[in-house]
Amino acid sequence: MELYKKSATELSQLIKNKEITSTELVKATLERIESEEKSVDAFLAVANEKALEKAKEIDEKIAKGEKLSPLAGVPIGIKDNISVKGMNMTCSSKILENYIPPYNATVVEKLIDNDIIPIGKMNMDEFAMGSSTETSYYKKTKNPWDLSRVPGGSSGGSAAAVADGEVSISLGSDTGGSIRQPASFCGIVGLKPTYGAVSRYGLAAYASSLDQIGPFARTVEDTALLFDVIKGYDTHDATSSKFNYGDIISSLHNDIKGIKIGLPKEYFSEGVDAEVKTEVMKAADIFKQLGAQIVEISIPSTDYALQAYYIIACAEASSNLARFDGVRYGYRAENLENLNDLYEKTRSEGFGDEVKRRIMLGTFVLSSGYYDAYYNRAKLLQKQLTAEYADAFTKCDLLLTPVYPSTAFKIGENIDDPLKMYAGDICTINVNIAGLPGISLPYGKGKDGMPIGIQLIGSKFSEKLILNVSSKFEEAVGGFNKVAVR
Amino acid sequence: MEYEIVVGLEVHAELNTKTKIYCSCKNEFGAEVNTNCCPVCMGLPGALPTLNKKVVDYAIKMGHACGCKINRICKQDRKNYFYPDTPKAYQISQFDVPLCENGHVDAIIDDDGNTKRFGITRIHIEEDAGKLIHDDSFEGSLVDFNRSGVPLIEIVSEPDMRSSADAKAYLESIKSILQYIGISDCKMQEGSIRCDVNVSVMPKGSKEFGTRVEMKNVNSFNGTVRAIDYEANRQIEILEKGGVILQETRRWDDAKGMNFLLRSKEDAQDYRYFPEPDLLTINVPEERVQELKDSLPELPNHMILRYMHDYKLPLFDSNLFMENPDKAELFEECMAKNNCEPKNVSNWILGDISRILNEKNIKISDTKLNAENLCSMIQMIESKEISNASGKVIIEEIMFTDKTAKDVVNEKGLAQISDNNALEDVVKSVIEANPKALEDYKNGKTNVMGYLVGQCMKASKGKGNPAILKELMEKHLMNA
Repeated sequence: MELYKKSATELSQLIKNKEITSTELVKATLERIESEEKSVDAFLAVANEKALEKAKEIDEKIAKGEKLSPLAGVPIGIKDNISVKGMNMTCSSKILENYIPPYNATVVEKLIDNDIIPIGKMNMDEFAMGSSTETSYYKKTKNPWDLSRVPGGSSGGSAAAVADGEVSISLGSDTGGSIRQPASFCGIVGLKPTYGAVSRYGLAAYASSLDQIGPFARTVEDTALLFDVIKGYDTHDATSSKFNYGDIISSLHNDIKGIKIGLPKEYFSEGVDAEVKTEVMKAADIFKQLGAQIVEISIPSTDYALQAYYIIACAEASSNLARFDGVRYGYRAENLENLNDLYEKTRSEGFGDEVKRRIMLGTFVLSSGYYDAYYNRAKLLQKQLTAEYADAFTKCDLLLTPVYPSTAFKIGENIDDPLKMYAGDICTINVNIAGLPGISLPYGKGKDGMPIGIQLIGSKFSEKLILNVSSKFEEAVGGFNKVAVR
Repeated sequence: MEYEIVVGLEVHAELNTKTKIYCSCKNEFGAEVNTNCCPVCMGLPGALPTLNKKVVDYAIKMGHACGCKINRICKQDRKNYFYPDTPKAYQISQFDVPLCENGHVDAIIDDDGNTKRFGITRIHIEEDAGKLIHDDSFEGSLVDFNRSGVPLIEIVSEPDMRSSADAKAYLESIKSILQYIGISDCKMQEGSIRCDVNVSVMPKGSKEFGTRVEMKNVNSFNGTVRAIDYEANRQIEILEKGGVILQETRRWDDAKGMNFLLRSKEDAQDYRYFPEPDLLTINVPEERVQELKDSLPELPNHMILRYMHDYKLPLFDSNLFMENPDKAELFEECMAKNNCEPKNVSNWILGDISRILNEKNIKISDTKLNAENLCSMIQMIESKEISNASGKVIIEEIMFTDKTAKDVVNEKGLAQISDNNALEDVVKSVIEANPKALEDYKNGKTNVMGYLVGQCMKASKGKGNPAILKELMEKHLMNA
């Protein structure tokens, strides 16, 4: 049985049917990781023993006839900016090379409560700053469809491992597209939930007002089940929401006839490759066949979103990353003269270029005399953009857009051109700025043979509808679940 | 030239909530180092703050007590700076919209109960930092995060004080309010109130303030007085020599009685304040704001002035009652009966009763003392039915037994003897027993009178009416 090709739902069912044990699955997963990592480099750490221990516990529960949750017994990859008690968390930065969190993120607690097994920590762009996972201090993750290409980022390790069948599901985080873009590059499903839908407690903050943890999977059902596990109000996160989603799973296959899908024209600008636009338009046709009505929408402030995004995100990052100072944990420089020296040397040596660039940018825009010109105006734009989306959702139920202007680019192709790299975020950042949910679904291939993604965006807390529509689309195209071939 | 001193104060007071401001760690002083801390107050990656609503309540109470406008909708902001005691490298505070603003306190500035109004610019909530430990026994510094996240309010005054005495009066008012409304322990030695002092000087009568200097590390009220006087003199000396005052921050060293330059204006930190994205906007319902206002007790200075005015008590007594609410309650119950002289009641409560309570280290509520018995006793003294000395016997009984004051008088036969015949016998016997005193008296040492009357009181077991005894003694001595 080729377990690595199966969805998490199928794997958990096999365990419950006693066709395999969780221990067998974990062992098979570890073998797959060992062989594939030689080419993909998605993992920063693998939890061999702990995962086997946990699997054994689950097998005992099964033996006792306990009723387990839908994803029980299945291993999961966890982006390395999410705290797992006792496991090194580096955020792919040198500055956290020896940091071991003494507590679990709320999402990790929820995984454990649902008998989902954290099997490793996934490579990422340093502190989630990047779109290619190339800014990691430790390794460059490769796109499993073409090892010369990037897997996207910042959750590149999480996406690559799922696409490569090393794991069936993983967690990432999305501040400006960091789940949806790598999902698109790797040909899998990635959901960025509504801001506040999933607790951020235990997620090392990049931009607190934009960050959300979300699931990666190869099927919509797995995505929905994993989202169902991690969502929910948390007393440890003041920004988490008490919204009641009801039953997300049973509505996955509901008919979507009559639904209105908007195409926001700003997402189809000249900066987006023609082949990407073509695939999105073909997807629109499929939705039409499913009974959807397609309408044209405009989100005029999109033109300014990139600037606003980088101001808000960098401002918050400059403050969030200030705690990495060499005083209490993580990397500390040597041969120090005094306190300032400790800060300067530790941070100069501990952070990579992209992180330093964003810290400096953020520090600048918050400085007295510049605050009003930059931060305040960016916040105003955020208000305006949020209002434009709210208005759009009075005219349609969901928006259909590209995820990224192109397919996965080559390793090294953009890394020395930060502006080009930033510009690529144009189709994903609005969702973060407006706090909306968005999903990336695999559809079609580029001339280079690389996967293309389409994005569905909904109003706040519309994940149920998004997942329902995504599931119908998946059915219509004959199923997603494709492990990368090369 | 004559100068006028201008002082403004920033008081940081630790609130006595059970838990810290942004996590559920205990807020307690003196615990073993780094035991009251968690991922949140240690600023670990991924940890998030959640606001302790009690802190908002407490700050609003203080705002009401100072007549502030309450901004029931406000936000919290990050104040960014690097220091090893600040684990997130920012302090969560409030920047442009404080919870409370535009208030005042009326501080009592003399024994006659005259007051002076000092404006309060704002009161905001924020978190305390950890504590650095330096010790010769080890190299470097250690950090204790027990204090990290302890809730603070910062009370910023207007530059309304014109002397160190004004500053002290202001601080004492603030302290008594904090204690009286029960939101801070105000233990200076534990650092639960700390102060930044802004001082400038200007030619007397001038309307334009001089350049102000900020002093940090002022940790006691007397230290504040010393620090202000020192700094004002330093500035005056510079001006007298034709120099200019530079805007700077100086560090007060109380042991040396001097301050030292910490940083000049050019090195002023840019804190890059911005709204704390991890916390929601504070939105206290209007009804709650009113509820908190209604829950306030009478404020201390108001109470002191009422005692001075209504009961004609001196400032000293009034102040003691303000500081001891249980004693004040007993006093007011006695006053409600309206049959004793207020000063007599005050003397008993603040005198013998307090002494007994202190000796036994107990509170009024631990005794059987009530206003009824106390008043009945004091009334008997005032009507000369019993002597003051008998009162000292009675008070112990009515504090610790179920007997009434009258019971004790009857039981111990303490009723004051005002019968001249009976007392004449006492006087005669005392004179007989003290021939030396008699001799002295005859030689003009009339001050032995006091001694002899005392002996009579002793002989009558305290029951003799001292006024009559004195009268009789004078008569007998003259005739002797």
